[in-house]
Amino acid sequence: MLELVVKLVLLAAAFAVLPLLVGQTEHKVMAHMQARLGPMYAGAFHGWAQLVADGVKFVQKEDVVPRAADRRIFKLAPAVALVPYLIVLVVVPIGPDGQVVLDLRVGLFFALAVMGVGVIGAIMAGWASANKYALLGGMRVAAQLMSYELPMVLAAASAAMAAGTLSLTGIVEEWRWWWLPWQAIGAVVFFVAGLAELRRPPFDMPVADSEIVFGPYTEYGGLRFALFLLAEYAGIVVLSALTTVLFLGGWKGPFLETELGWLWTLLKVFALSFVVIWLRVSYPRLREDQLQRLAWAWLVPLSLLQLALTGVVKVAMA
Amino acid sequence: MTAQEVVFTLLGAVAVGSAILVVTTRQLVHAALWLVVSFGALAGAYLLLTAEFVAWVQVLIYVGAVVVLLLFGIMLTRAPIGRMPRGGPDDPLDSGNRWAALAVALATAGVLITTLVHGFSDAVIDLKAEGGGAEPLGASLFRTWVLPFEVLSVLLLAALIGAIVLSRTDIGPRDREGRR
Repeated sequence: MLELVVKLVLLAAAFAVLPLLVGQTEHKVMAHMQARLGPMYAGAFHGWAQLVADGVKFVQKEDVVPRAADRRIFKLAPAVALVPYLIVLVVVPIGPDGQVVLDLRVGLFFALAVMGVGVIGAIMAGWASANKYALLGGMRVAAQLMSYELPMVLAAASAAMAAGTLSLTGIVEEWRWWWLPWQAIGAVVFFVAGLAELRRPPFDMPVADSEIVFGPYTEYGGLRFALFLLAEYAGIVVLSALTTVLFLGGWKGPFLETELGWLWTLLKVFALSFVVIWLRVSYPRLREDQLQRLAWAWLVPLSLLQLALTGVVKVAMA
Repeated sequence: MTAQEVVFTLLGAVAVGSAILVVTTRQLVHAALWLVVSFGALAGAYLLLTAEFVAWVQVLIYVGAVVVLLLFGIMLTRAPIGRMPRGGPDDPLDSGNRWAALAVALATAGVLITTLVHGFSDAVIDLKAEGGGAEPLGASLFRTWVLPFEVLSVLLLAALIGAIVLSRTDIGPRDREGRR
């Protein structure tokens, strides 16, 4: 019992700190990639407290709900967007020998199912705002989720097939270094589809600020808007963690796996988060038709190819 | 009643209650969101019956995809945000078929309950912790029930092809000589 409480406290701490770290990294990495400095003043040393200052500002802002909005749904939406990502982290193992809050036998399906729920928050926001830009954004969110959920689940299924288990801890235990080339296609498909599900650039059609203001979040301000931003960063952490666990061997590293397993996991998560930020700076936004074409003409066939490859290798080895 | 039975009854009440709200609410989007609650309660009931795999697939497919599809469909309509005005004969949320729908729903429920009570009222299944996991489910699905499974997949494939044909306006019927 005490162990579970300690784990839950650690999880809450990780959920409070990791998204903010990713957010701060995004500020600084983007800035340096664009030959500027980024935040430099808050907290004195290279603006490390910028997001804390942002948070204080968001909390003080007026709490506005548009008159025509569906009030209850409007207020509920940020929570629906944020909480699922916290729940997913419950089943993500960070180290060997039970360094996970809850080791579910069907952990993979749990993670994918709960992650999909978060998208409903954005759709609720888009609908309840009573704003045409928000509505357009909400529709784009829904269309995007429907096309990218399939390749994501198929790619994850390939990792589960290779390991012969649906438990996330079990998948990492089965992982060997040669999975990297074997599951490479699946890893790329999973990561790209996950980016699209998080609506991160270059898949940020739903929030395209140059055409529909900020999509579903247009009418939001203050703390609720901050919660949506936090949900985006938490989503990056969750996607990076899932990719790490499924395809990059989780806590496995070159040495000291038992003692430093959590460190390897965190390192991989941050490396992937860096890639997420890097992609945002590098690629222009995909148009709606390009987005759908990428999903149906590339990612779905590629994930099916990966499934076939996994099956063939699995049977050949058995 | 054991604790499990109490929780199961509560989940059932939530599922039925939210399902009734789905068809009685005056706000279209709320109907879809109540459906989320209903599906969630159903998933909880599956969990209590140790059918973990079915429970999470229920959330993944129904909450994550079917409801999103429904919401997408609603957004394409002219449904107003907020309450629909309650207007006499041309009430947009009313339909002449409501009594027929009610009759069909009650009849379906009657058939299902009768079958369950007559066929399985004295059948007791011993729930084991691993009983509804992915492994026993996969084994029985692909050994004992493989034929119905494949028949279902053919049915779904036919529906998929049908949807493609319906949405492709450039595929027309053949003329007399068999040309397009």
